[in-house]
Amino acid sequence: MSVIECNDVSIRYITGDFKSIGLKEFVMRKLTNNFHVTEFWADRHVTFSIERGDMLGIIGSNGAGKSTLLKAISGIMIPTGGSIKVNGKMAALLELASGFDAQMTVKENTYLRGAMLGYTREFLDEKYKEIIAFAELEDFQDHMFKQLSSGMQSRLAFSIACLVDPDILILDEVLSVGDGAFRKKSGDRMKEILAGGTTGVLVSHSIDQVREMCNKVLWLDHGNQIAFTDDVQLYCDAYDEFLMTKELPQNEDDIHRLADGFLKRRQAEAKKHQEAEAKRLQQVIEDGHSEAAVLTAIRILQKSKPEALASEYTGAAE
Amino acid sequence: MAANTLQRFTTNMKKNAFLFQELVNRDFQQRYKRTVLGMAWSVLSPLLQLLVMMIVFSRMFGHNVEHYVIYLFAGNIVFSYYSESTNNGMASLMGNAGILSKINVPKYLFLLSQNVSALINYALTIGIFFFFCIIDHITFTPAFFMLWYPVLCLLLMNIGIGMVLSALYVFFRDIQYLYRVFLTLLTYLSAIFYTLDSFSPFVQRLFLLNPVYANIKYWRVIVLEGVVPSAGFHLLLAFDAIVFLAIGALFYKKFNHRFVYYF
Repeated sequence: MSVIECNDVSIRYITGDFKSIGLKEFVMRKLTNNFHVTEFWADRHVTFSIERGDMLGIIGSNGAGKSTLLKAISGIMIPTGGSIKVNGKMAALLELASGFDAQMTVKENTYLRGAMLGYTREFLDEKYKEIIAFAELEDFQDHMFKQLSSGMQSRLAFSIACLVDPDILILDEVLSVGDGAFRKKSGDRMKEILAGGTTGVLVSHSIDQVREMCNKVLWLDHGNQIAFTDDVQLYCDAYDEFLMTKELPQNEDDIHRLADGFLKRRQAEAKKHQEAEAKRLQQVIEDGHSEAAVLTAIRILQKSKPEALASEYTGAAE
Repeated sequence: MAANTLQRFTTNMKKNAFLFQELVNRDFQQRYKRTVLGMAWSVLSPLLQLLVMMIVFSRMFGHNVEHYVIYLFAGNIVFSYYSESTNNGMASLMGNAGILSKINVPKYLFLLSQNVSALINYALTIGIFFFFCIIDHITFTPAFFMLWYPVLCLLLMNIGIGMVLSALYVFFRDIQYLYRVFLTLLTYLSAIFYTLDSFSPFVQRLFLLNPVYANIKYWRVIVLEGVVPSAGFHLLLAFDAIVFLAIGALFYKKFNHRFVYYF
């Protein structure tokens, strides 16, 4: 049984004359037949399904419909067309730093947010210390929320949300919260949850993160589904190349071509890098003042790029 | 299976009850804790209003009304409650858009908590009102025990109207201004500071179409005349409450999942 099943999901926003014009103008324009709205499809015909233990990475450039799709999966939005089936208890870590009350204390905000996420009071009483410790806000419990730095605010949001042991974990760019140390800690916590057989959905702009964590990839572009695949490396290669060339693949061949392009580009980059390095080392050999530095440079160069070493030096290091 | 559903239902209720408490707590703090005067302000503000109205209107309209101050005060507290409760209710969805577009929570709870905090405020002003009744030598009759009835009816109606307004406010931002104009008109149509004696009986009946006036009238009959209004009057108040509540519920049922698209 699939854990998440999206069947031909489409999500439409109505834009144009609406919110901005107000009720008076709305009535007037309706009466004069001058009322126009335009449709905006954030997602169109997205179909995929994932099983228990899967980790799905959703990739795509800005405005591809990733976050909207996550909102639909987490039940905040009902899709305009198609259907979504979800089996299991879900925890959605969308961008959560907003929606706190600036004038209330950290403790009060923790309880309020916990209540919104569906925790019970007993559960929060029990876990409160743990949340604060994880967010490293022990000294700020009775401070107003607005007195926290934005990094602290996101840390608190993350700590409250990640407490549960869900069947399905939805992550929207939340792994880039806080400073380096906290990022590592939150990443570890996520891995801990996922290791317990939790199914995950991850939206990330870091393609390396997707390569590392995901076993399935959904590629969206302007709401259209480009690919849903379990060949993560190939499609991540292709996506990386797409980001450079902006050339959207039409079929399987295009994917391979893009992936090849990516590999070639990476090889070329590596070669360039190596050459620059060799050049620098040669400079040392030629102008080096201390004998030790020259010897070291020759030794490194011998190992990494012997053909770049002028013949008179080949034996020098021995 | 049935036991399972029942269990899920009760845990859901429990979670919602907890969220509701926290929301009421938040609204309460927003209202009282952040001002230096705190709760005193919600008592002072209607008193100031009353004072001004007394000075201005008692010469104009007060000659032939016994206990004019109480007459005025009854109209004033009911109307203030109505206007505050619906105004706060209107903002309850948009004001929490940041949360509602990120977390899947029951939206009506935000409106209900606003109504609860307005109701607490109303209770405070009712306390002051009774204090004035004592000063003005009003006789407290057993009929006073029926005063819970107009309070309940107005609460339900306010929830219904709050639902309609908060839904409209998501789609049309100018509702805020239009409603303010409407409230000003309603103030004058609610016979807060004048009496209806000079109108024909037919026009006096027309006034009862205004639910807020009907509610004020109920208060005045009990407080100033010391009797419980007729059964028909009870039906009228209940009718107003149920109609608006039903319309509000329909609005939420229809638009509940559309709100998020417009935040």
